[in-house]
Order: sequence, then C-alpha cells, then structure tokens
Amino acid sequence: MGDLEQFRLEVREWLEANCPESQRKPITREEQVWGGKQRSFPSEDARIWFERMRDKGWTVPDWPKEYGGGGLTEAEAKVLKEEMKRMGCRTPLYDLGIWMLGPAVLEYGTEEQKREHITKIARGETRWCQGYSEPGAGSDLASLQCKAEDMGDHFLVNGTKIWTTNADKSDWIFCLVRTDPNAKKQEGISFLLIDMDDPGVTVTPIELISGDSEFCQTFFDNVKVPKGNLIGELNQGWSVAKALLKHERKLMSEIGQDTPGPSFGPVQAALEYVGKGADGKLRDAHLRDQLVQHEMNFRAIGLTHFRTFEERVNGVADTNVPLIMKYVGTEETKRKEELLLALLGTQALGWDGDGFNQDEIMTTRGWLFSKALSIAGGTSEVQLNIIAKRALGLPD
Amino acid sequence: MALVFNEEQRLLKDTAKEFLAGNAPVEALRKLRDSKDETGYSKELWAQMAELGWAGIAIPEAYDGLEFGFMGLGAVIEESGHTLTASPLFATVVLGASALILGGSEEQKKTLLPAVATGELTLALALEESNHHNPTGVALRAEKSGDGYSLSGEKCFVLDGHVADKLVVAARTSGEPGNSAGITLFLVDGDASGVTRERRNMVDSRNAAVIRFDGVSVGADAVIGEVDGGWSVLEPVLDRGRICMAAEMLGGARECLDRTVQYLKERDQFGVKIGTFQALKHRAALLYTEIEMAKSVVLDALSAIDDGRPGLEQLASLAKAKLNDVYVLATNEAVQMHGGIGVTDELEIGFFLKRARVATQILGDSGYHRDRYATLCGY
Repeated sequence: MGDLEQFRLEVREWLEANCPESQRKPITREEQVWGGKQRSFPSEDARIWFERMRDKGWTVPDWPKEYGGGGLTEAEAKVLKEEMKRMGCRTPLYDLGIWMLGPAVLEYGTEEQKREHITKIARGETRWCQGYSEPGAGSDLASLQCKAEDMGDHFLVNGTKIWTTNADKSDWIFCLVRTDPNAKKQEGISFLLIDMDDPGVTVTPIELISGDSEFCQTFFDNVKVPKGNLIGELNQGWSVAKALLKHERKLMSEIGQDTPGPSFGPVQAALEYVGKGADGKLRDAHLRDQLVQHEMNFRAIGLTHFRTFEERVNGVADTNVPLIMKYVGTEETKRKEELLLALLGTQALGWDGDGFNQDEIMTTRGWLFSKALSIAGGTSEVQLNIIAKRALGLPD
Repeated sequence: MALVFNEEQRLLKDTAKEFLAGNAPVEALRKLRDSKDETGYSKELWAQMAELGWAGIAIPEAYDGLEFGFMGLGAVIEESGHTLTASPLFATVVLGASALILGGSEEQKKTLLPAVATGELTLALALEESNHHNPTGVALRAEKSGDGYSLSGEKCFVLDGHVADKLVVAARTSGEPGNSAGITLFLVDGDASGVTRERRNMVDSRNAAVIRFDGVSVGADAVIGEVDGGWSVLEPVLDRGRICMAAEMLGGARECLDRTVQYLKERDQFGVKIGTFQALKHRAALLYTEIEMAKSVVLDALSAIDDGRPGLEQLASLAKAKLNDVYVLATNEAVQMHGGIGVTDELEIGFFLKRARVATQILGDSGYHRDRYATLCGY
C-alpha cells in the first residue's frame, strides 16, 4: 500500500495546483461540461480545468494511455476519485461515452474503432447517447424491432428508439438493432454506432413530470450506416449490450451522489426546515426516525460499495453482491427524495417563480426526476429477478 | 479498516462452521429445551469450544488469551448464529471479559482472565432492571459499608445469570436513574450471600435470569474501574456486545435465507417448483439485498473494535439497529415462504424466529439504537 499512498500524495499535490478554486464547489446542472460538437464551457475556469484533466488523461483515468486515458489501475483510479471528492473537485467532463460505450468498445471494438471513438470520447470531442428501448420494448428489451438490413456495403436502418437521453444534443448514438428477424429474440440483435448527422435521423424531445426534456425519441428513416460501425460480431450485439448494461447499472447505483441537487443533504435540510427542540432532537419524531433510517441505509450502501471493492482487491470477490447495487442505490435515492420533500414541507412543492429558492426548486425537480431511477437501466423488479436467478439460483 | 476477513480469520470461520455443524446444530438446542436442561448449555461443549481457543480469542496474550481480535471472535459468533448454539460465548467472553479488559485492575485481570480463556470461569453482566434496554436507568443501590459496599436491588434479563460463576453488576453509587454518572461496576460471586437467582424460561430456550441482591457485601477491590465512573467502561462493553450480537444475528438471518431458498427449489405446487413464482423470488431477492448490506455494516463495526477507531458508538448502533430489522425480516419471511410447515415446531425455522426476537431486545432494540444514532449525529 506504500506506492498507493505515495500516489495519493502526488494526486493531492497535482489537484491542489491545477484545480481552479471555482471548480471545487458543488456543480449545478447548467455548469456540467458535456463533450461533443455542441460543447460549451460555463466559465473560463471550467475550460481550464477540463483541458488540464483531459491532457492528463484523467477525464477517463483508468482507460489505456494510447487512447487518451490516464492508464491508472483500478486502485489508483479510486484514489483519484476519493481525492477529488475530498477536495470537492468537479467532474471535468460528462458523457455517456465515458460511462457506458467506452468500456464496451475497449472490450469488443477493433483497433480502428478504438482509435476512432475512444480517443474522441476521452478528449470530449464527441457526445454519445444510447438507443436501446423502443416504444414496444422496455423491460423486455430483446423484443426490439428497429432493424438494420444488410445492403452489401452498408446497413439500412429503419425504426425508432425511445428514452434516448440528450439525443438532441448528441453527435453519435449507440444502438441495438435487429439484424436477423428470423433468429430467436436475443440472437438476431447487433450493436451499431450511428452518426446523428446522417440523413434520415430525427429527434423529438419528450417532456417529463420533472419539467425536463432530456429524454427524446429518435427516428431512423432509411439511414445508411457503414459496415465498419458494427461493434462485435453480427448478431452478437446482446453480449455487448449486457456488458454495457453492467456499467449502466453501476452508474445508476451511484447516480444519487453525482446528480445535481440542492446544496443541502437530508440532515442539513432537517435542521434548517424542521429544527430541533429543547431536548436537542429534531422537532418531528416521525421525520427524525425516517431521517436516521435513511442515513443508516445510505451508510450501509457506502460500506457495501467499499466491501465489494476490498473483496476484489483481496481476490475473494463474491460476484453476486454487485448485482444488488443498482436496486439498493436507486431505491434508497428515491426514499431520500421523498424524505427531502417531507422535510421541506410546502417549500418543496413550488414549481417556479417567486417564493421558492433555487435549492427548494431543485428538491422538487430532483424528487420527480428520481422516479425514473428505478425504471431506467432495468426496473427494480427486473433487478430482483436477476438477483433471484444469479445470486440465489432460483429456477426460471 | 477491513471489510473482508483475512486468511487466518477465514480459516477460523471455516473451523467454527464445521465444528458447530457437527457438534452443536439447532437439534442440540432442541434437546436442551426438551430435556429442560438446568444449565441451559452443554458444559462439555463449552469445554470443547474453549479447547479450540474460542474463550480466549479476544483476550490479550498477556492474560493467556489468543489476542486474535473481534474480527476473529465475530467470525465464530456469526457461525454460532447459523446453528443457534447455546454457550457462554456471549455473556462470558464478549460482555464479562470485555468489562475486565477495559476496566479491570491489573490484579483482577491477572486472576480472572486466564481462567476465562481456559473456559473454567463464566461471567454474566447484570445490567437491565426493566423490560426495555435502559443502560443508564440503573437504580440498584450500592451503599458504602465499612471498607466495602452493600448492594441491594433487582436485575433482570441477565444472560447466563443463573449459572455464571461471577457477576459484573452495574450499581448506582450516586446520582439518579437516568444519569450515566454515578454508576459503578462491581464484581460479585454468583453464589454470594444475599444473591437470589431465578432462571426465566424464555421463548428462545436460552438463558436469562432475574437476580435479587439483598444487602450483598463486597470489598472495595470488587469495583471494576472507577467508583461513579462505571459508564466509561460500561458503554464500550455494551458497544462490543451490540456488535457481536449483530454478528450472531447476521449468521441467523443468513441461515434463514439459505434454508428458505433451498425450500423454494424443492417444494412443488401447481406442478412447478414454487421458486419459479415471481412473488416469492422478489421476497427472497429483497431479503438477500438486506442481508448483504447488513454484512458490510457488521464487518465494518467488528474491524473498528480491532482498529480502535473513534466513533464506535455510531457503528455499534448502526449494526444493532440494522441487524435487529434484518433478522426480524428474515425470520418472518422464512416462516411465510415455508408455508404451513413454517409454523410447526418440527421445522427448525421456528427456533430462529424465537431467537430473533430475544436477540433484538439484547442491548437495545431498533428504536433505542436509531434514537442513539440520531443523537450522536446531532439531530
């Protein structure tokens, strides 16, 4: 562990010297830097911070150096994450390419695909969105209908994808498409990358209960896609998708920590909006009990994340435990949002305009947004099915 | 900080699992119950366990213990939760020995701890005086009398209290019930004059006693720690107890899950295994997630004792509250998913159901620990 501690000191020193003071404050949604052609920086400091991290390869710390990554080991990447969290450093670059597509291309892509796509993701030059679900294929994802026909020198894509997050702002989309209509459900699916600028691609935003429209529906009308955009083997897209889903679920389990929200946590909100009585206890006994239960659960989840990491490092990993993290993480985040709502009372029920400050509005919107967490990336019910099958060995 | 057992600890855990399955399965508890055994545990078994070194796992080498730490002790206790093994492991080794290690004089440690480590000496902590855990609510009086003290009052829910050789008694030497100051710990012989012990038949078939003290005389050398300052010893002793009891509960909850999942794979209804039903899959999967989270909490708390990490109070309350809830859930779900056979005495699940409720009351239920945790966190 001596080397790792040395590395920690180096990281600390580098962050101290290179992270602008303004980039060490909690981030709002508007201040996030996303990659791609539409990339913009909310401030000069954000640009400097992004460029320094990019040049260090630390936008994607554990990716190989030859593709623009930092080349760190898992343990080193964890140290970097811890140090950034400790100092409050903002995430310099947000992109689905980092969290989801990248790891899959690194695993399944050709050398050419890695050079083309991985490097651009690392450098924040392309923004990616995901095309999995369809209006008729949600939890039963494998029933998807969007098809790619083999036309000899290219695929011809027709169909539609839904819940394509930020499709209207993205440069590329990674899609699951049906390439063999006669094969059994999972076996006729391929994993295809499509340029959003291609003729025949159109995007319509979907307005959500939170007022956001970051989800879209994307339509493909006779879109020509080069053969070289296929990731993995033809009709083997389901394996790529499964590998990628693991990353999505891990991300979803951690999203509560990274999603922009109010500047206060539940404890602070309780002290501010409910207050303590003469006995030093929160005035509302019921809310106090709910609060402490959430705090305990949250701590237990954190310890479980840490335990799975330690088990891996020590070579005694129980590979079933990570299966629970998406379920417990998203369900607990939903409970936290309900709790915040209850703690703030009517101050968490404003929509916009006067009478509600930014934190209060974010509490309201965050609560509404959180409802999607246990649906996207595999519903909680699907997660429980997976746990029952894989961890408990219960029959189909 | 370690959330995994090291190789030595894993080895110990495997040994414990094998030994307990072979020598002290749930069936052994049933026999103790049905034969109305007066001791409440098997002395032969305890001698064997002591021979394996378990009585001295957490006792320093200087007092003939193994100094193997609470991760090791917790591993053994967790396994004893799988088999519901009745033994002095908790009352003597966790509570009694900890009181001596943390608060005892050199003389007390030198004379008593080696005898605990060999399994010859058993101890019990006499603390509770009401039907709810209330460690500061001590009312039993210890009055100055000559060079020593005279103890009068009544204790209840004293685990192993009717058979322990020596009692660690929390008594009030000043202040009022409810104050943490003014409590003093005394070491009293179990058969001292003026001590009346009565076993209570508990639902889990394990030991708990009511003990009356009628002007029981002890010398000044019977005090553990400081007069009026017993709380500074008692609180960390209780926290060790809470964490170790949580380890037992983890084992019990896991056993209930394992047995239930096995049953779901065997039982046929409507022409299929009932484990194919999504309603049951989800219940089992949910229980699994709760147990895995609970496991992280217990391991963290056990390692915190060994590391001497600050904030043990919070971790102990977190572990006990969590495991109370998880064990109750696990036993309820196990009974329900076993269906009709789940409510028969023949099926051993009932023993876990009963143990879970007693274990929940030992050193604080969830309400107690959530309140304590919130207070420790400043709200």
